Amino acid sequence: MNTDGKRIMLGHGSGGGLMHQLIRDVFFKIFDNPLLNSAGDAAVLPRRANMMAFTTDSFVVDPVFFPGGDIGKLAVCGTINDLVAAGANPFCLSAGFIIEEGFLVKDLETIVRSMATEAKNAGVFVAAGDTKVVERGKCDQLFINTSGIGYLADERTTWQQANPICPGDHIIITGSVGDHGMAVMAARNQPDNTTGFQSDCAPLSILFNELQDKSAGIKYMNDPTRGGLASSLCELTAKKEFGAAINEEAIPVKPNVKGLCDMLGFDPLYVANEGKMLIIAAYDKGHQLVGQLKQHPLGREACRIGTITRENPGMVLMRTKIGGTRIVNMLSGEQLPRIC
Amino acid sequence: MCLSIPAEVITLKDDTALVSVNGLEVNVSTLLLDNLKTGDYVLIHSGFAIEIIDSEEAEKTLSVIRHMRISK
Amino acid sequence: MGRFDAYHSKVLCDHLCEQIHRLAKRPLRLMEVCGGHTMAIRKHGIPSLLPDIISLLSGPGCPVCVTSPSFIDQAIYLAGQSNMIICTYGDLLRVKGSNGSLEMARTEGKNVRVIFSALEALEMARREPEKMIIFLGIGFETTAPATAAVIIQAKKHAIRNFFVLSAHKLMAPAMEAIVSNDIPINGYICPGHVSAITGTSIYKKIVEDFRIGCVVSGFEPLDLLQTIFMLVRQAETDRPALDIQYSRVVKPWGNQKAIALMEEAFETVDDWWRGLGILNASGLKPKASYHEFDAAEVFQIPANNISDPEGCICGEILKGLQLPVDCRLFGKSCTPENPEGACMVSSEGSCQTYYHYEHRR
Repeated sequence: MNTDGKRIMLGHGSGGGLMHQLIRDVFFKIFDNPLLNSAGDAAVLPRRANMMAFTTDSFVVDPVFFPGGDIGKLAVCGTINDLVAAGANPFCLSAGFIIEEGFLVKDLETIVRSMATEAKNAGVFVAAGDTKVVERGKCDQLFINTSGIGYLADERTTWQQANPICPGDHIIITGSVGDHGMAVMAARNQPDNTTGFQSDCAPLSILFNELQDKSAGIKYMNDPTRGGLASSLCELTAKKEFGAAINEEAIPVKPNVKGLCDMLGFDPLYVANEGKMLIIAAYDKGHQLVGQLKQHPLGREACRIGTITRENPGMVLMRTKIGGTRIVNMLSGEQLPRIC
Repeated sequence: MCLSIPAEVITLKDDTALVSVNGLEVNVSTLLLDNLKTGDYVLIHSGFAIEIIDSEEAEKTLSVIRHMRISK
Repeated sequence: MGRFDAYHSKVLCDHLCEQIHRLAKRPLRLMEVCGGHTMAIRKHGIPSLLPDIISLLSGPGCPVCVTSPSFIDQAIYLAGQSNMIICTYGDLLRVKGSNGSLEMARTEGKNVRVIFSALEALEMARREPEKMIIFLGIGFETTAPATAAVIIQAKKHAIRNFFVLSAHKLMAPAMEAIVSNDIPINGYICPGHVSAITGTSIYKKIVEDFRIGCVVSGFEPLDLLQTIFMLVRQAETDRPALDIQYSRVVKPWGNQKAIALMEEAFETVDDWWRGLGILNASGLKPKASYHEFDAAEVFQIPANNISDPEGCICGEILKGLQLPVDCRLFGKSCTPENPEGACMVSSEGSCQTYYHYEHRR
């Protein structure tokens, strides 16, 4: 189908011929896999011995294309990463599209293609899908909902149950923080003409394929998306018997990310990531784990940023670069560019 | 008040300067400053360059701090 | 990395802290009057490095915090008029007027856009000539020259659909009001970027008449520590003085071009400050020769008077008389998610900064 200049019309969501054409020429063609191609009302999945993890997430991002990715890549990676954080190997995804009338078919194809590419990279299938078209102005270009199913790597159910976190355990981040949030900010032209940003959006199952096993020493994972690393740490420690002590100096932040953060008055600790994982590792396995992570391109900058503490239970304390101490709290709302 | 950060002037054109903040390049207005030169460090605030940073003074301040000694 | 990284040097910070510990003998209350300083002090954990006898207080230095809620009401009123677009810095978006914030107004479909520079608002006026663009002018002397420059540009290029609703304020009248109210402080950490514009003459009266030391400070950890050192030394030798720590940026005479632009476009007016009330010649509004750009002159905006929420002690906090934790609303009914008082609204407000960096939930 030649899609140059063609736009999505309300008819593409009507259930009629136009819709079937779109599904056939875009979704089936690009996602192409046996689970989807069977085209029933529901995908039928295999049963496995281990427990199953299930997650869902909706994606709205303005703009839909940004340096380092697009809303489709974001949706697939985000869902995969949620499964990985739960200790699961992702198996399949569903994808629901809500498309604004007038959206370019060509752009939709690009987005679907990047979803297929990421899914393939991560070895997962898009097993079920849905499309709705809404009138102009009823949604902002394109919204995607993805749900995902994965199987746990071993017989445990939760991280905590398998191996509880205790003081002395290492706090590890798999790379620099704030890249995604600042790439989107730059793509919105806030401020004008910022270049050189790249979202870190990536499917982390590739990085953790070999490491989900208990012997790697991982006790907990959380992907620090919205709210950033700080919020993930606060979530980890909230109402717990332990605290977290982190070291500002150790937290990797790219220079341009820091520059834009400084300019907009943002704190990189609270800026979204889409290809990073916060890990708590057993104290006797932490060093080895960092070494293993570093061998993979997605974990090259992995490092230990702190320690789980007996002191200050329920709190995150940060040692600042100049040796001061401050409390790290949950973000209250979206960070706003400020001048003051 | 007044979030403001250092940036290096890369190029100048009319009332605008392209500046670099840690390698991040942005355009700012130079309406509030005269005699800006390429290579100058400026403070930028809400899209305007508001003052030139004097590198010599910056060194002087550091040197004063390095040599400060209060006996107990 | 950055050219001025030495100002983050841990070795030099340690060295300065050691000197401060050796020098400080008597209890001192030092006040900063700049949200940027509030933020930097908490963010770097500076209080944890100082002797216990030195207290750092936050004064009325966050423009959002001292702005009258009725200013927000006026902005929301204008946002509700057909064909008008309100352009604001992000800082102001969540501040509550008597009936909600600009952020809430935006969710109701009113036209509110967040911008990063006053020039963007002017550019918008050029691009959308059929709309009326209202720029909310907020901030002290650091920000006011940019607004002045933009008003002058608008006149020069005859842009008729650009207006400024000004809540610009001057720093020194508030600092004088605090010391003349007998609020016990021993020194001012003076705002570096305000001073870059104004120069240091605005602090003369505070040093000479009130004998309170004034040191103009930068924003890096080393700047703040050196400023604190200088103020401690002044206090220990009982010689309050006007000093510039931030000499790489601030000249005694300030930025003459920026001052000239401000004087060209603005005149001073008596203005209301939260916690301090009406202060003489403490606000800026466009001069008569620029009235066609003054939203307050051009549009009929209903006025109303409102007071702080009951139990809120923002005023006392802004004067340095009480700490955020002294307020019975703090962390309970007043949180960053649901701010009651202005000091909790702004990310640089004393309460929100305190909440984020020091409050133990």
